[in-house]
Amino acid sequence: MEAIILQILNGLDKGSAYALIALGLTLIFGTLGVVNFAHGALFMIGAFCAVILQRLLSLSHQVVDETRTDFLGNPLKVDVPYVYDWFGEAAGQAIINWSVPLAIVFSIPVMVAAGFAMERGLIKYFYKRPHADQILVTFGLAIVLQEIIKYFFGANPIPTPAPPAFTGSFDFGALIGLENIIYPYWRLVYFLFSMAIITAVFGFLQFTTFGMVVRAGMADRETVGLLGINIDKRFTIMFGLAAAVAGLAGVMYAPINSPNYHMGMDFLVLSFVVVVVGGMGSLPGAVLAGFLLGILESFASLPQVIDIIPGINQIIIYLVAIVILLTRPRGLMGRKGVMEE
Amino acid sequence: MLGLNSKDTSLLLVVAALTMLAPFILNPFPEGSELAQFNAGYPDLMQRFVIFGIFAIGFNILFGLTGYLSFGHAAFLGVGSYGAIWMMKLVTLNVIPAIIMAVIFAGLFAVVVGYISLRRSGIYFSILTLAFAQMSYALAYSVLTPITGGETGLQLKSTDNPIFNNLAEGEIGRASLFGMDMRTSFELEAGAWLFTFNVGYYIAAVFMLLAFYMSIRIFRSPFGMMLRAVKSNQNRLSYTGLNAKPYTLAAFVISGMYAGLAGGLLVAMDTQVGPERMFWTASGEVVLMTILGGAGTLIGPVLGAGMIKYMENIISKINDNILHQWFAWMPDGLEDFTVFLIHPFIGKGWHLTLGIVFMLVVIFLPGGLVEGGQRIGRMLKGRKKTSGGDGDPEHHPKPAPHVAE
Repeated sequence: MEAIILQILNGLDKGSAYALIALGLTLIFGTLGVVNFAHGALFMIGAFCAVILQRLLSLSHQVVDETRTDFLGNPLKVDVPYVYDWFGEAAGQAIINWSVPLAIVFSIPVMVAAGFAMERGLIKYFYKRPHADQILVTFGLAIVLQEIIKYFFGANPIPTPAPPAFTGSFDFGALIGLENIIYPYWRLVYFLFSMAIITAVFGFLQFTTFGMVVRAGMADRETVGLLGINIDKRFTIMFGLAAAVAGLAGVMYAPINSPNYHMGMDFLVLSFVVVVVGGMGSLPGAVLAGFLLGILESFASLPQVIDIIPGINQIIIYLVAIVILLTRPRGLMGRKGVMEE
Repeated sequence: MLGLNSKDTSLLLVVAALTMLAPFILNPFPEGSELAQFNAGYPDLMQRFVIFGIFAIGFNILFGLTGYLSFGHAAFLGVGSYGAIWMMKLVTLNVIPAIIMAVIFAGLFAVVVGYISLRRSGIYFSILTLAFAQMSYALAYSVLTPITGGETGLQLKSTDNPIFNNLAEGEIGRASLFGMDMRTSFELEAGAWLFTFNVGYYIAAVFMLLAFYMSIRIFRSPFGMMLRAVKSNQNRLSYTGLNAKPYTLAAFVISGMYAGLAGGLLVAMDTQVGPERMFWTASGEVVLMTILGGAGTLIGPVLGAGMIKYMENIISKINDNILHQWFAWMPDGLEDFTVFLIHPFIGKGWHLTLGIVFMLVVIFLPGGLVEGGQRIGRMLKGRKKTSGGDGDPEHHPKPAPHVAE
């Protein structure tokens, strides 16, 4: 029992990341009909937003500290971050430590702007071109974005720690009356955070007028246009929203997996599989498949399972995708008539 | 000639001449001069040009003709490579059986993958092929280590003793063609120039010409017409009572066998193989090559492959010092500024250049470099003949105008 719960928990954080990226991909696909291969790059840029903010906050100037001396007896120069000067040392240190959560606020405008720029500047011109062209141009864009990040931040992963309050692990089992389920705090935070975002996105689509129009546009774009509604503008905003979702997923993922320039591509390949398993164009399907595959992957990594079928943890997601595509061609919750040319 | 019309024959002859004279053409700058680093006429790079040319030609038979975008083609290259290296390790160091083995292995694997993947089309097909390729990569990397050598891959070792070769104890075998070592090179010095003729390159080049000839025949055959029909409208094809599946599967397997041939040749040249050959970035690379050159054209994929491999090897070699030499004629400040601007695009940044070039091609030249060439050709022609008109004799189906837009 404990082992099963632990595996489910272990699958949740990856599953959350898959679900958030797949949600954004599906939003873009459902509204604009574009297969966005650059979505993983948005996830990566989100993670680097956390890195950038951390670096910005740690910007420092040198101060001569008279009380301490180095080994030659000269007064020691110490780096003092500017935030220390502005907010005092304790508060400044706290701000630096909490740079990852703060990056959420920082990343939203950045990601929305990036999304708008992408849609208006590039993808707009590809609506009438074949899907293959859309895949190719966004693939090219993904390469460019990841190379730019690599140019500025280098090829090595950059550790981005979580706030001290959330480092370390706790006994999850104690909460539910079982024993020995040790689980890192930050992963739980990540899961709760992603649930909040997913709820917010669904709530936004379900309960606001704007969301209603967008859903109507997803169902029948032409008719909504004929009713005198500027659906393109709303879809552009949805693109910005999808970019923000991917970015937030990236920001919060930074402490779990130190950001590097190819993390986006690594996740993108799997997220596409998730989208296809969930059903192209189905938002609940994307979320469900994201968590499902994340948890399946973590179960397949159990030593007992690997003993029976070696290597299963490496291929389980692809295997599931193949089986689902062949038995349920529309995916778990796919709608009829989507991408069935 | 050879069942080709005169236009195709001349194309084939031009390509043949270019590949055979490549050691001269790719070495236009004298040895030791400042521009010598742009010489691409050394064996290793020339081999890559033709081998990846084969890979891209094969990919083009699938993507260019049927429109099915496979994102997992490197898997066949990898499987072919593994097949070839085992043939060389166990049976004979002669490259021909190894290459045949590579083609057979890749073909069989393509039958399995194609049979399953082709049940879906569009983005689903791309994802399925990607899934298969990633699975092969993951398996080769981990579980299949006894067969694939895992992370380190497979090399010819001193412990290998192929049945048909009498290797001395501890001797490391070398790939050969009936006793001719693949690494043998003849050097020709002509004045300041140094030309290298490599046995391996010429063997690969002959294979590429065969592959190219085959692809012309496929493009011009009734079979090729069927594949084009699949691309332009699969529904209409099935309404006329034809089943598209056997044709697409055949195209898939043929292009898989091309990839296997390329994999076998790679092994024949450097006698090693690793799982990273199957990683999805390798599949992405062949897509880039084909699109860059021009999907659906005969010569495009070869051009694209050559261009990407040239960029990979030459642009990545340029560094700031070389740039400073080039721009030395500028005033100092301007020189530094220019070098600063270009710096991100050279050396390790060649991927950035590649990405930008690729995006520009997809956006402005969907037909790739070949279309670019045709446009320039048409512009020149149009200036000579003021009337111009449709100078393009080939039939280019235009997309039907959408009534409801």
